[in-house]
Amino acid sequence: MAKPNDKQLQMILEDMVIARTQASRLWNLQRQGQVGTIAPIDGHEAAVVGAVHALETESDWVLPQYREPLGLRRYGPEVLDTFMLYNLGHPAGGHIPDPVKVAPSQISLGASIPHAVGLAWGMSLKDEPGVVLVFFGDGASSEGDFYEAGNLAGVLKAPVILFCVNNQWAISTPTHLQTAADSFASKAEAFGIPGVTVDGNDPIAVYEAVFNARKRATSGKGPTLIEANVYRLGAHTTADDPTRYVPSDELSAAQKKDPVHTFIKDLTARGLWSDTKQDEIETAALERIDEAFEKAKNTPLSANSLMDHCFVSDTPRQLRQRSFLMDSTGKSNEH
Amino acid sequence: MLEAINETLHSEMARDERIVLLGEDIGRNGGVFRATEGLIEKFGESRVVDTPISEAAIAGSAVGLAMAGLIPVAEIQFLGFSYQAMHQIAGQIARLRYRTQSRFESQITIRAPFGGGVRTPELHSDSLEAQFANIPGLKIVLPSTASDAKGLLTSAIRDPDPVLFLEPLRGYRGIRDLVPDEEHIVPLGKANLIKKGDDVVIISWSYQVELSRRVAESLEGDGISAAVLDLRSIVPLDIEALTQIVSHCGRAVVVQEAPETGGFASEIIATINDECFWSLEAPVVRVSGFDVPYPVGMLENFYVPDESRIRSAVLKTMEND
Repeated sequence: MAKPNDKQLQMILEDMVIARTQASRLWNLQRQGQVGTIAPIDGHEAAVVGAVHALETESDWVLPQYREPLGLRRYGPEVLDTFMLYNLGHPAGGHIPDPVKVAPSQISLGASIPHAVGLAWGMSLKDEPGVVLVFFGDGASSEGDFYEAGNLAGVLKAPVILFCVNNQWAISTPTHLQTAADSFASKAEAFGIPGVTVDGNDPIAVYEAVFNARKRATSGKGPTLIEANVYRLGAHTTADDPTRYVPSDELSAAQKKDPVHTFIKDLTARGLWSDTKQDEIETAALERIDEAFEKAKNTPLSANSLMDHCFVSDTPRQLRQRSFLMDSTGKSNEH
Repeated sequence: MLEAINETLHSEMARDERIVLLGEDIGRNGGVFRATEGLIEKFGESRVVDTPISEAAIAGSAVGLAMAGLIPVAEIQFLGFSYQAMHQIAGQIARLRYRTQSRFESQITIRAPFGGGVRTPELHSDSLEAQFANIPGLKIVLPSTASDAKGLLTSAIRDPDPVLFLEPLRGYRGIRDLVPDEEHIVPLGKANLIKKGDDVVIISWSYQVELSRRVAESLEGDGISAAVLDLRSIVPLDIEALTQIVSHCGRAVVVQEAPETGGFASEIIATINDECFWSLEAPVVRVSGFDVPYPVGMLENFYVPDESRIRSAVLKTMEND
């Protein structure tokens, strides 16, 4: 259905609340020096969760940038478990296991867009059902990869959804310095594909936009560019101080449209949500992330991991380097 | 050599239907050098794909095709254009296996012609192999014969890791030798001692091997027994073959077309230093291009190493004999 039913609405809000709750825990863990740099999801929950709830997890791929993983709970517990390894800097943090159709975080802005197009193209060559949804931001849309891949996607009619989360800021650069275009969605015109703008604070609107884009893609009509307008409610990352550049009046206006709070009110009014439910979900979300964190911390690591997975098998030079590494760390054959 | 490449693409595509070719002008036009001639007719538009002029999208979508379980063989029309795909080749293709701990493999071959001697416009001739050699996760293969082009391209396409397959422009029609009709596999990382010798070894790759061989043969008349080692691939590097022949001869010349500073010849000499310094009877000499951008046509002959420069380098290593 193009509109989510009551059960789906509840699941969407659950995932949004969980993402928000876990993001605050992650922020604290970073401040305690327990994990590396984090890009908080605050303000993006409706856009990310609404989008993935319109996908079929069995057949559809999600290629995130780096702010989305906490919103991808629908794809299975492996996403959070792997994400915690990633946040610790453990190499296994790049390996979300089969058959979960989620790629690891992408640090190179826009670089996953051509991957998504190639993957979608490959799936259609193999007559596989499903689509690929790739997340990127307003800033990443200025990268050449966006234009090259968008253009190629249009030509190939690849079953791909280019999902631009416009959070108004590329670190400190506002959108009017990013583009002179009226909207990011308008760039779709140059690719010969539909461009859709949605209120990214409204998960139902996002769901519907992705649902329609998916329908279009699976019926062979090709890609859609969706621009979901949100406001980044937190810092760019834990290493950023947005008070240096975000106008406080603009931020407080955006906070009034906070997607999580708004949707809580909405579903409460519909009788689909309660404070009790909220408490239960928040408590469980914290337990869950703490468990994932403990599990990640206890995941073994050997110095050999430094050399593993570059090639299928070491080159002669890598073999020597591996043995040098093992000798110098005194951890030979732990592999 | 061109026919050998074309024939290999035909036979590999017939063998494995997961192989998809993508690149600029590779379909209807059969490639600007005709390396892909006849393939679109035989395998169809869905497996031989003329892409927009988008090197980054060619390399980047190859990642996605590989993620989908296909085997992309991409063509970058000239290696110099790979700068426009560098962030995808270096930043994505080369590290896909590593950063996903083998969840995704980049079984991707990127073919690109390169090298001088045919008076091309700017950025068509640059020898960038050393720049790529500094990118872990990428294999770099440079055939010097038609037979090797077949054997190495076959291995490259079948290799589960990404391979940059660099084809010498001058060799496309200038290099002619017998190519086996049957399946022919040359493993990656095995150098080829194409000429034995006792006094000095000339070490090279790609078209410079052909020049080195001619020089080595002419040196017989001077009473100098020169070996020629064709590295075939610089990653993986056949350290064993390199060490063996340098130790045997005690003298070595390394020939590359790329600029001198930071070139792969330097890496070879550092390896010799590590492995067999005490067997040397003279300092190893480099023959290279110059530390300037690849020049325009009328200056090309001054730039590209030729037989006389290789010969002089060999004679220099023999001075203390």
